[in-house]
Formats: sequence, C-alpha cells, structure tokens
Amino acid sequence: MTIHAANFTELKLERLSREFGNLNALRDVNLTIRQGEFIALLGPSGCGKSTTLNILAGLLPATGGGIWLDDKRIDRLRPEERGFGMVFQNYALFPHMSVEDNVGFGLLMRGMSKAERKKRVDEAITMVRLTGHGHKLPGQLSGGQQQRVAIARAIVVEPPLVLMDEPLSNLDAKLRLEMRAEIRRIHNMLGATTIYVTHDQEEALSLADRIVVLKDGVVRQVGTPDELFAHPAYLDVAEFMGFRNRLGGTVTAREGDRVTVALAAGGQMQGRPRGDINVGDTVIVTVRADDMKHAPDGEGFPAKVASSEFRGREFCAFGSAADGSDLAFQSHSPLVAGDQVQVGADPARVLVFPDRMQ
Amino acid sequence: MSTPVSLPASIPLSQRLAARGIDGLTLLVVPAALFILGLFVYPFLYGLWLSFQPKVGGTFANYAKFFADPFLYGTIATTLWLALPVTLLNIVLAVPIALRVRHLRRQRLLTTILVIPITLGTVLVAEGLLNYLGPQGWFSRSLIALGLISKPLALLHNYWGVFISLLLTGFPFTFLLTLSYLSGLDPALEQAAATLGAGSWQRFRHIILPLLLAGLAITFCLSFVQAFSVFPSAVLLGAPAGPTRVISIAAYQAAFEDYDYSMASAIAMIMAVVQLAIVAALLFARGLIYRGATSGGKG
Repeated sequence: MTIHAANFTELKLERLSREFGNLNALRDVNLTIRQGEFIALLGPSGCGKSTTLNILAGLLPATGGGIWLDDKRIDRLRPEERGFGMVFQNYALFPHMSVEDNVGFGLLMRGMSKAERKKRVDEAITMVRLTGHGHKLPGQLSGGQQQRVAIARAIVVEPPLVLMDEPLSNLDAKLRLEMRAEIRRIHNMLGATTIYVTHDQEEALSLADRIVVLKDGVVRQVGTPDELFAHPAYLDVAEFMGFRNRLGGTVTAREGDRVTVALAAGGQMQGRPRGDINVGDTVIVTVRADDMKHAPDGEGFPAKVASSEFRGREFCAFGSAADGSDLAFQSHSPLVAGDQVQVGADPARVLVFPDRMQ
Repeated sequence: MSTPVSLPASIPLSQRLAARGIDGLTLLVVPAALFILGLFVYPFLYGLWLSFQPKVGGTFANYAKFFADPFLYGTIATTLWLALPVTLLNIVLAVPIALRVRHLRRQRLLTTILVIPITLGTVLVAEGLLNYLGPQGWFSRSLIALGLISKPLALLHNYWGVFISLLLTGFPFTFLLTLSYLSGLDPALEQAAATLGAGSWQRFRHIILPLLLAGLAITFCLSFVQAFSVFPSAVLLGAPAGPTRVISIAAYQAAFEDYDYSMASAIAMIMAVVQLAIVAALLFARGLIYRGATSGGKG
C-alpha cells in the first residue's frame, strides 16, 4: 500500500484532461478538495463526471494534467496503489463471495490478520446496518442491502477518498431517499472525503458541501448548494438548477441590481442581471416553475394555457407565451386549456442572462 | 350440504392443450425431434442392441472379449493419455490468451484466423503437419539452423505427432469458448478488486478464476469429447499399431477389417461410457463450486 493514512490536507486536480480519439471528454479541470468535504460532480450524461471519477480511481488514464494528494503525484499510480474506496453504479459485488468476504476483500489484499479483519468487517457491517446478513451471498440481498455492502466494502479500508458513481440510480424512489440520508450519515461518522457523481440536482443539493457542475467536459461552476441554487453563473447551470422557463427579450432599463426587460412575447419582466448586461442588450430571462405565478391583474406577460395539474396546494399549469416559448407556472385557481392568462414573477426570483446566441 | 358444481359440459380440447402450453406452434418442434430420433436415438439404440448380438458366445461376449484382451482394453488408457493432457493444456493456454485478447480491438480478425483450423478439418491439418514436422520439414530444419538441435526431432508417427495435431485442431474451439465465458464476466468486478488493492495476479486468483471455473468445466467436457474421438490424426501422424492405437482405431478395425459390426458397436458403447464417466465426474465437481451470476449486482 502506498497511501496508509486517511489523512491528507488537500486533493488537487490540475488541468486534468481526457481525450477519446478526437473527443475531449474532459478539458483542463482544476479543482481543489479539502479533507472531509463532500463533493458532488453534477451534470447531464456525457458531461465528463464519470470520466473524472474513473481517472481519480485510476481506472482510466488521463491524457493531460495531473492529480496531487498533498505533495504526492498520484495520477500515474495503478488503482491498487491508490487505495481509494469506490462504490460502483451496479455495486460490482463479488457474486461468489459472502457479504463478509466482500467487505473483507480490501483488508485481505492489505495482508491484515484474520482476527483483525473479522473485527473491522463486523464493525463496517454494523455501520451500514447489515448485522446478521454477513454469511449471505450478494444474490440473496435486496438492491438496498447490496448498496450497503458496496459502501461497507469501500469504507472498511479507511480510504483517504471515497468515490461514488451514481450509487443510487438503481434504487426505487423511497429507497433512494433512505440511502441518501445513510450515505451522508456514514460520511459524517467517518469524517471521510467523498466525491459523488450524480445527474440528479436534488441529490447533489441535499448531500454535498460543494457542487461541481460539469458540461461538455468543462467545469461550469463550483459552489455550495445554496450558492448554485440562488446564483447560478451561467444559463446552462441555471437550467440544471431548475430554471425551466426561458424567455427572450431586450433590456430597456437598468437600475443597480435590477433590469427591466421587454419580452419578445409581449409585456415586460424585471429581474437580477447575471454577467455584464446593458440597456439594449438581447437577453434571456429565466424563472423556476415554482416562482412563475398566474397573476390575474399584475404585471407580466400574456400566456395561453395548454393543461393544468392539481398539485395539492396549488395548480401547476403548462402553456406557451405569445412567441411560442414553453411555460410552466403556478396558479391558485384551476385553469382550463385555451385560457388566456397574465403571468409574472417576483423580480428577486428572476435571473437575466446575456443571450450568447446573438 | 353441498351440491357438486356443474362444470361446463366440455372445454374444447384445443383450449385444454393451450393451457398446458401446447398449441399449433408446438408442431414446429416436430422436424427437429424427427431429426434427433432418426439420426441419433435410433442409431444409438440400434448399436446398443447390436453390441449384444455377438458373432459367437452369449449376450455379453463382446464386452468380455474387450476387457480380456489388453490389445483392446489398453486403447482406453491410450486414448485418455492423449485426450486428457491435450484438453488440459489447451485450457491452460486458452485462459491467459483469452484474458489478453478480450481487451483487443481487433478481436474479430483474430477469432477469424483462429476459426480457420476448425473449418479446414483434421485431415488437412494432419497433411500439413506431415510436411512441417517431418525430418526434412521447416520445424526441425529451423531448429538445426539455429543450432538448438543436431538431428531432426522425431515428432511424427509417435505420440507427439498426434498430441500436436490434437492441440492445434482443438485449441480454437477451447479458446473461443473460454473467451465467451470470460466476456460474460462484468469488467466492473475486476475494477472493484483493483480499487480494493488487488494486483493483477490477485484479481485473477480471487475474482476471475472462481467465476470462470464453472465455464471452464463445460469447456473441458466439450473439448475432451472432441479429443477423445480422435481418429484421422492418430492414423496419419501417429503410430496406429502401437503408442497411438486409440479406441476409435480398435472400433474401425473391428468393423472394417474383421467385419464384426457387433464387436465394433460394443467398442463404440464402451467409448461412450468412458466419455460419459469423465464428463459426469467433471459436472459433479462443478456442482461443488460457485456457478451463479457472474455480474456484481442489479445492472
């Protein structure tokens, strides 16, 4: 074993790149991770998040840049020399070994004595709440239980870094919530450093200390969940954070942190500018579906309703603006397809981005 | 008091059959069933019956004769002594090569090259080896030219000629089967083992081999049965009167030199029993090892 202690100060990714033929799967990724952090790599499929994780684990060689664990360069080490724990998307449990043998495999490879191994394995199995299942084969366990075995197997060796590749994507919705809490609990308990890959923004927001948003192999934004939720820096990050309504328009006025936009769909909206925006610029206005409201006599713009669903407290309506843009918004009263309504949003909840297409 | 429920007068026969999974489509099985009956079951039973109708003596006279004559029963050991080592060596060679090949891009080209010996057939391969391995063949001449040996190696008309020929003709089959079992292993399992600190030998020993064993047992059975019925190369490349007098030669001589079909059938039956015994032993051993799923979770 090259890396003994679970202790380090920081893990640094420097200009990390990966090319597949002509395709740049990852371009110049720079990231510094401190010990104990829970980092989520978030992005749509094909954004390079799994590539990053596989490069970190040593399962895929980087084609450029380096990885540093404090002063030690590790990107040339083989996976077995890095000693990171990894939880695979399909769990990758050894099907011919009992739960105990699966969990103890990493310890066996480290040449640990049988007695010590047994003690540590029991501890890990208790930690993931699988006591009593130690002698079963993975095939005899449910999906959630298999997931716990995979986590126990990865953490029992006290790795400096735990890598998780969409570990909840094969579970049903209820179990996913349960395991989410479980993963965070184990992370806190161990004081481990975790890098977690997901395409689910809700998962990333609820679990991570910091989120790294990736797109097309490039880091778009790094920040805490609330930073990303409230202040996405780019339009695509905003879209990923749930800003689903997008409307084109032109800036007519700017006063401090407030711009007024004349919408292409008619009417106007006020919002917070993101980036360098001046009067006369072509912009895109974005609002979350939760923040866009049906305002019977307020300010806003006209929209045509296509359908509406009852969501308990409110109705969620779908429709389109006069220029054809799709809309999703809230309403207190039921709406019928074909209704012409006025919609608008609190300016504090509206983000205005420069339109890069122009 | 209960009155018996009166069933509908009759459910049509076709519906009752359909409930058991038998319908018009089932008829599609008929050609295959006839084929197996006509070309396998009938000849086998006929041979079995024939073997109990010896030219002279009682019902079991052929079998008694076989096991009384070392020239006859010795062929079992001779054949096993060829077929078992060849099959084992083929598997020992196939596993590491398959491990390497499974990551290659040009896999299809390689497999095509490997399939060629199968399509050429044993006779053509034997003819080629007669030239290649002969005293004036390239093999010995190259070794002499390199100064490794001083006189040609005796590789023909003895045990080794048949051994090499069986190895060559059996390898592609063994290899392709091994490769397909190996490709069935989830690559994530090996990756998981690597992240847990297992080097390449440990990954093979703890993960790949245990998961492959069940498949290798089947590969062994099929390769062994092929090697056990060796005939052309034993005649062409071996010493059919002595060291490579395999059991199929004994059957051939009984049938076409002594014209004793009954004896030949008895030898064929003995051949089948020996093969079955080896296969059954292997499958029993296979039952003792893990042979479940070879992927590591819900995919």
